[in-house]
Amino acid sequence: MTLIDTRQPPEQASRKVADYKPSLLQSEEHGLCPGCGEPVAIRVVLEVIEELGLAQNNIAVLGHGCYGGFIMLLDVDSTLCLHGRAPATATGIKRMRPDTAVWTLQGDGDMVNEGLAEILHATARGENITCILLNNGVFGDTGGQMTAASVIGQRTKNSIDGRTADDHGYPIAIAELVASLQGSAYVARCSVHNAASIAQTRRCVRKAFQRQTEGQGLSLVEILTMCPTGWFVAPEAGTDYLMESLGKTYPLGEIKDRAAAPAATAE
Amino acid sequence: MRTVTRGTLVIAEDRCKGCELCIAACPPNVLTMSRTGNRLGYLYPELKPGCTGCTACQQVCPDFVFEVFKFEDPVLFDTPPEGARPCP
Ligand SMILES: Cc1ncc(C[n+]2csc(CCOP(=O)(O)OP(=O)(O)O)c2C)c(N)n1
Ligand code: SF4
Ligand code: SF4
Ligand code: SF4
Ligand SMILES: [Mg+2]
Repeated sequence: MTLIDTRQPPEQASRKVADYKPSLLQSEEHGLCPGCGEPVAIRVVLEVIEELGLAQNNIAVLGHGCYGGFIMLLDVDSTLCLHGRAPATATGIKRMRPDTAVWTLQGDGDMVNEGLAEILHATARGENITCILLNNGVFGDTGGQMTAASVIGQRTKNSIDGRTADDHGYPIAIAELVASLQGSAYVARCSVHNAASIAQTRRCVRKAFQRQTEGQGLSLVEILTMCPTGWFVAPEAGTDYLMESLGKTYPLGEIKDRAAAPAATAE
Repeated sequence: MRTVTRGTLVIAEDRCKGCELCIAACPPNVLTMSRTGNRLGYLYPELKPGCTGCTACQQVCPDFVFEVFKFEDPVLFDTPPEGARPCP
């Protein structure tokens, strides 16, 4: 089999079209698991921030979860706050610095369990912040326990035969809940299971930050991410598993955009 | 057989954690997993001729393993016909 030498850039005339890492990361090395979706989503967010010219004017507020490991890698002013409290902390920062883009990075355990009150109240107040939710349907960092976002049938460390409505109740679709409140400006659900879904995530994250710049209210992008370790599946099986489990309960797409033309009421 | 190749990669193989997401993501299917492990003990991707420089592998990789280049002019690589085996 002919293999190309990929140890250094090509000798032939060429141009670089993609870098290892976004420039807002200080290093490529991180401790997240093989096949984890979180670094993929974080790349997209950081690239959009740079693209929108916000690299020198944004503050990140991180919750507690595996993504928290990125706090030491981000070349962004950032703070790690109490579990679930990111939207409340971001509220304070944004009110003191209204011209700075303020965004949260949270997991489903962080946002939908520990901090459900914070995200809902921040939305109801119409806080002008952008919230990024990395939804893998488990408390990944602590070993794959069930969250309020785990779907019916999902096997987790404490629902080993699958989540049932009788024993564990129903999952909370946070994006739809946030969209139902008047204070939200933009809500979308995306995924990082393949290159096309990553491109769509990029478009949604861009709009979310634009709505904040326009002062429209709270924006939320939920991104479904792979957690092969917490799901007890092989890394290469994570993308299919994601779409078979969370993907079936949580439809992808834009749920609300206040800035969009009011087509439905135009007739 | 000559394979038209429009792009190429630099693969930081020692950073790879062997998840194989890049293998499934590559539209022309020109990435294969190595047979020996890297510094961390994981198998890592290797590139065959035919890359288009589409960046799909770079986007799906959780471990920031790829840099992608596009050739100014496509490069032709001589490759053995599909299914050809080396002499024993
Ligand atoms: C008040 C409090 N309770 C519990 C914990 C332990 N804890 C740390 S991370 C985590 C799970 C986070 O899950 P999620 O937000 O879904 O992130 P993931 O790891 O799945 O990305 C928990 C329960 C904590 N740090 N603080
Ligand atoms: S436990 Fe899950 S979310 Fe955490 S790093 Fe591993 S794969 Fe990613
Ligand atoms: S750049 Fe595209 S064609 Fe080239 S190896 Fe990566 S995914 Fe395959
Ligand atoms: S996607 Fe990245 S980490 Fe996974 S096998 Fe490919 S190069 Fe390695
Ligand atoms: Mg989680």
